[in-house]
Amino acid sequence: MLTAEDKKLIQQMWGKLGGAEEEIGAEALTRMFCSYPPTKTYFPHFDLSPGSDQVRGHGKKVVAALSTAIKNIDNLSQALSELSNLHAYNLRVDPPRFSLQFLSQCLQVALATRLGKDYSPEVHSAVDKFMSAVASVLAEKYR
Amino acid sequence: MVHWSAEEKQLISGVWAKVNVEECGAEALARLLIVYPWTQRFFSDFGNLSSPTAIVGNPKVRAHGKKVLTSFGEAIKNLDNLKGTYSKLSELHCDKLHVDPENFRLLGDILVIVLAAHFTKDFTPACQATWQKLVGLVAHALARKYH
Repeated sequence: MLTAEDKKLIQQMWGKLGGAEEEIGAEALTRMFCSYPPTKTYFPHFDLSPGSDQVRGHGKKVVAALSTAIKNIDNLSQALSELSNLHAYNLRVDPPRFSLQFLSQCLQVALATRLGKDYSPEVHSAVDKFMSAVASVLAEKYR
Repeated sequence: MVHWSAEEKQLISGVWAKVNVEECGAEALARLLIVYPWTQRFFSDFGNLSSPTAIVGNPKVRAHGKKVLTSFGEAIKNLDNLKGTYSKLSELHCDKLHVDPENFRLLGDILVIVLAAHFTKDFTPACQATWQKLVGLVAHALARKYH
């Protein structure tokens, strides 16, 4: 459960990224495709080569959604309601508790490489919990 | 039989050469106990684990973290025989310690994040992929003797 302190840490951390959010999205996806090749099966229609415009574009989308979630961190269910429908009925990505765990890991690695020791244990914990909460919301309508 | 390319071996040894085993081990274990608090169930005799600050400063956590990562170093010396290297430890974690192998995966992922924070942009996607492969195989080897 996200505490008030967790929420504060996440918003602070996101604020520290100074506009790098979009790059981080693309990087997280690139890392995910590299470390977890089965995740590529959801993107047969994409050019997944390094620096691909499609990956950049998609990374931007993912990060924008996360930004929205962070701004509405007190009501994730509502903020992510559309995306929840999309993932359940259209995309049908393997239930987010599995796939999102890979995206969460790679997003955290991307954040850690940028923030170094500012990616403290407390921030790490808050982000991990947040991504877990996002995954739960996205999985709500699966069945 | 696991295959390691020359590039993967280089990515592993290159990173490992620069790792302070004591610091890194302590940090990884502390983060495990902080990010996944239920893992504290295995360390009830470690004393004060009441807050992130207490956990990070706890000398038993530091010492055990060092032990765990030192063992990881053994794996790195024996990349072609992870199963053999971890055979006894696997039995120990099952029979005496009663640790759910899922925890090995959690610790592995945390170790990767600790390395990322330490090496920053040098921890490239290719580097991460190699280390995710390694921690996955170590977790698998540790789970192998469970019954």
